Amino acid sequence: MAEFRFTVNGKPRMVNTAPERPLLEVLREDLHLTGTKYGCGEGQCRACTVLLDGKPAITCMLPVKNAAGRKITTIEALAPGPVLHRVQQAFLEEGALQCGYCTGGMILRTVALLEATPRPTEAQIIQTLDGSLCRCCGYSRIVAAVRRAANDAVSGGDGR
Amino acid sequence: MNDVLDFERYELREELAYRFTPDRREFLQTLGAGLLFVFAADAQNAAPETRIHVGENGHYTVLTGKIEEGQGARTEIAMAAAEELGAPLSRVTVLMADTSQVPNDGITAGSGTTPRTIPAVRRAAAAVRKELDKSAQSVTPADWKVLGTPQVRTNSRDIVTGAHQCPSDVQREGMLYGVVLRAPAFGAKLLSVDEKAAGDVIVVRDGDFVGCAAPTSFSARQALHKIAATAKWDVPTTAVNSTNLFDHLKAKAQSGAASGRNRPIEQGDVDAALQQAQRKLEATYTAAYIQHAPMEPRAAVAEWRDGSLTVWTGTSNPFSVRDQLAQAFQIPAAKVKVLVPDFGGGFGGKHTGEAALEAARLARAAQKPVSLRWTRAEEFTWAYCRPAAVIEVRAALDGNNAIGAWDFTNINSGGSAIDSPYKSVAHRIRFLPSDSPLRQGSYRALASTANNFARESHIDELALAANMDPLAFRLQHLDNDRIREVLQAAAQKFGWKDRVGKKTSNRGIGLACGIEKNSVVAACVEVEIDPRTRLPRLLEICEAYECGAILNPLNLRQQVEGSIVMGLGAVLGEGLQFERGRITNARFSAYKVPRFHDTPSKMDIVLVDKKDVAPIGAGETPIIAVAPAMANAVFAATGYRPRSLPFAPVPARA
Repeated sequence: MAEFRFTVNGKPRMVNTAPERPLLEVLREDLHLTGTKYGCGEGQCRACTVLLDGKPAITCMLPVKNAAGRKITTIEALAPGPVLHRVQQAFLEEGALQCGYCTGGMILRTVALLEATPRPTEAQIIQTLDGSLCRCCGYSRIVAAVRRAANDAVSGGDGR
Repeated sequence: MNDVLDFERYELREELAYRFTPDRREFLQTLGAGLLFVFAADAQNAAPETRIHVGENGHYTVLTGKIEEGQGARTEIAMAAAEELGAPLSRVTVLMADTSQVPNDGITAGSGTTPRTIPAVRRAAAAVRKELDKSAQSVTPADWKVLGTPQVRTNSRDIVTGAHQCPSDVQREGMLYGVVLRAPAFGAKLLSVDEKAAGDVIVVRDGDFVGCAAPTSFSARQALHKIAATAKWDVPTTAVNSTNLFDHLKAKAQSGAASGRNRPIEQGDVDAALQQAQRKLEATYTAAYIQHAPMEPRAAVAEWRDGSLTVWTGTSNPFSVRDQLAQAFQIPAAKVKVLVPDFGGGFGGKHTGEAALEAARLARAAQKPVSLRWTRAEEFTWAYCRPAAVIEVRAALDGNNAIGAWDFTNINSGGSAIDSPYKSVAHRIRFLPSDSPLRQGSYRALASTANNFARESHIDELALAANMDPLAFRLQHLDNDRIREVLQAAAQKFGWKDRVGKKTSNRGIGLACGIEKNSVVAACVEVEIDPRTRLPRLLEICEAYECGAILNPLNLRQQVEGSIVMGLGAVLGEGLQFERGRITNARFSAYKVPRFHDTPSKMDIVLVDKKDVAPIGAGETPIIAVAPAMANAVFAATGYRPRSLPFAPVPARA
């Protein structure tokens, strides 16, 4: 057991835990942030995606000790107020979710993509999201939601 | 057999997963043993007041035993109630699958919510409205204001913000995390184990069940590893593996049922017709075992309080799971409450309650709530899978290009959509059960996919033998106007007539159609053969679908799109590999499910809306046309005909 400090959704947090424990389980079990999901435990589905220092990261295989001192953003903090983030809004409006279990991870991947590439091509969208699994197989709507979010940003949107 | 029991033709029927030793502190109630998967009849005529609660401020709550797993039932039920109540959708909430509060609407399966539960909800809502307003008129499809309009899932906001809690997300005060010791192979018996090896955690050994519960899942896993290292098993030897599977199924095929729902469908003397025919085609088709692999594995949270049990779990069958818990713990069903939060996918794979039983057993020992979620490897290995199939087809054309004989035998996978929609002079259509080496059960569209794959591939071969365009051949022989209509709709939108016969290197087009659970589908596709893998890539699909009056066109599109891409998985690479009683590819890195890059860049969906036909459930049938259309397209591209699911690579030309 050891103490680890990091920033989670803008707040400093400390956990006292086994260093090898996956960050995913610390977020869910200790910090009660269940929006980040377990899907495979081998980095193959990306349902466990968070933003780590602003970059998407798989947490099911990431030992908590490797997250020490870093900034973690989970899906719960993407829209701090009542107004949804434009990527969340785009997923909602496109119907880009069925069971919704992969949705948080997909949205965070999209946020990072649009940050780096505000107008991605279809090929860039598919390449970026290809590691993320949706077993409801709603891929075409997810691609449409990413495009919608990109267009919303360019056409004014709320700029976030 | 009534309709409610009949809709899942080979619904899993097996013994209770666990029968635990009674807790001595509790009153012992004797329950008879016997068949466990009791199907309650739908609560078709539940009294309006048990179905709909009228709240203050004109808000309504609809109560239903149906569950939401991404198929759209929650929104559809809300829409149906809003329509009949004359209320905006925003004033209707649906309370689903809390067995202590809702009517028992039976299992959520077999595309049954739309044809059975929706009418029940509409009747109750209409009665409530009549009660509130004597002058209210009954609503017909022509008047629909909510139904028939595209609506996103009513709790979408909670999904996109991460606020929604799936069963694996439920957290209770003082909760522990549980894990279960699994056998190293199917059928292995535990001879001995040192439970004390785990150290300071809750360990339960109860018959064949061994599990641990600890404050974190990490510590529970660590404890289990220590226990597992001490376990001695008696592992049975088995020679059946995924390589010799089809020979095994064929060798063990039982004679079919003489009567009942699985009796053969026969007309004329098919053997004589085959003997006399000049042009005969005979082929064997196979389908591998596949897993549902929902994103959320099986999960449950169990909590005991004063001898009563509450379980949150992801199951399509909440009342059955309640009864299983009551039987497993030998307590009255009235002391068990099952709640099903909207969960992370099922596709027919979550009709059972294993995780609920396991969590509840650990929670009883711990005297604390326990959360238990299967790992992906457990989900691949211990969940039931879609049955493998061997399908033998013999057919003959007579002088006028009529189908003179049609002899179709499905071994092991089931009788869904086994009947042929094509006219034939003589036919014999049979389902023969066999000895399945893997635990098998329901799956989206059941055996329809395999049966339609074999039939529609074979029909294409007959068209070729008749020297006819596969579209024209089908239109001539189909004995079903609704299929003909969607087939023509798909062909027209796709531009079949202009594209057929035109050769592009490494590319080909194909089509297929079918009927299952009373809805009809047709697809035209274009594929390209990947020169490296020699497997097809789906470039384009146009699928036409008709399921009566459309309730929620957005959700219907989602179901059709999802079915197409999920169906692609069983074509391109999904298949459980196993040997010596072990699944050898029980992980996403080895078992290939469809990803973004597999999705066709052009996907046209043609929805045929029949306002005068009662709405039909639509979550399954759109999957059945994908595989045969692609097989036919591969043949058009290469002259090689895939006869297995998943497809084998196209052999390189000599």
